[in-house]
Amino acid sequence: METLRSSVGLLAGLLFGFGLALSGMMDPARVLGFLDVAGAWDPSLAFVLGGAVGVSALGYVAVSRMRKPVLAQRFEIPHNRPITASLIGGGALFGIGWGLVGLCPGPALAGLTLGLPQVIGFVAAMVVGMLLHRVTAAASSK
Amino acid sequence: MTVYLSALAGGVLIGTSAALLLILNGRIAGISGIAAGAMLPLSRDTPWRWAFLAGLLLGPVLYCLAFGAWPVVQLDAPWILVVLGGLLVGYGTRLGGGCTSGHGVCGLARLSPRSIAAVATFMATAAATVFLVRHGGW
Repeated sequence: METLRSSVGLLAGLLFGFGLALSGMMDPARVLGFLDVAGAWDPSLAFVLGGAVGVSALGYVAVSRMRKPVLAQRFEIPHNRPITASLIGGGALFGIGWGLVGLCPGPALAGLTLGLPQVIGFVAAMVVGMLLHRVTAAASSK
Repeated sequence: MTVYLSALAGGVLIGTSAALLLILNGRIAGISGIAAGAMLPLSRDTPWRWAFLAGLLLGPVLYCLAFGAWPVVQLDAPWILVVLGGLLVGYGTRLGGGCTSGHGVCGLARLSPRSIAAVATFMATAAATVFLVRHGGW
């Protein structure tokens, strides 16, 4: 089962990475053009989110009739958690970082393959940021 | 028009990836969560995450084999912003519990109020940041 789940992981990752490459989301210049609503706005990347959300929603419709996933004991889907200051604050910080560089986690990781020093540096800083959150979250829960 | 078609086709593939992971493994295709969960300490739940990340990195290779060229990655930001941006993206996605994929592709698809709030927030601050950098005289 573990091997099958990992195979699904590999296939899903491959589809995701290929989709990112095809969509144009891996190019920070395109992403910043999409976010630049007051300038020469490039709306094309809205189609990436539209296509992705549409097909992903079909997946949720499919599983609404399933008691458990095909290869696991239960669905790990977050439910009914409140909108908290952490959610909004974290989203706000993420957006600032995204707007500064034009990379979010998926395109940044997929972009490692091309070996550009700035992308590697961005991912290194991103991992440090994740670990920093883990450390501060552990400290504040003590 | 081709940029719109390739954007849509790429999005459909990303959505297919999310649907597969959900139906077969029961998991959300949230990249920041998958990456954070792949880091030490290793848990029983780690192998599929590493497999997913390996696939994610191989995606552009498949693209190169299919189209004979690497996808364009044009990053002009100065190093100080690259590092600051990376830190903010890493910390912010963990604090907020997701990024463009987890809250965007997956959360919006199931109409999660939390994800709708998160996406509205990070879209707004990202657009505001680009506005300040490009038009605010920074």
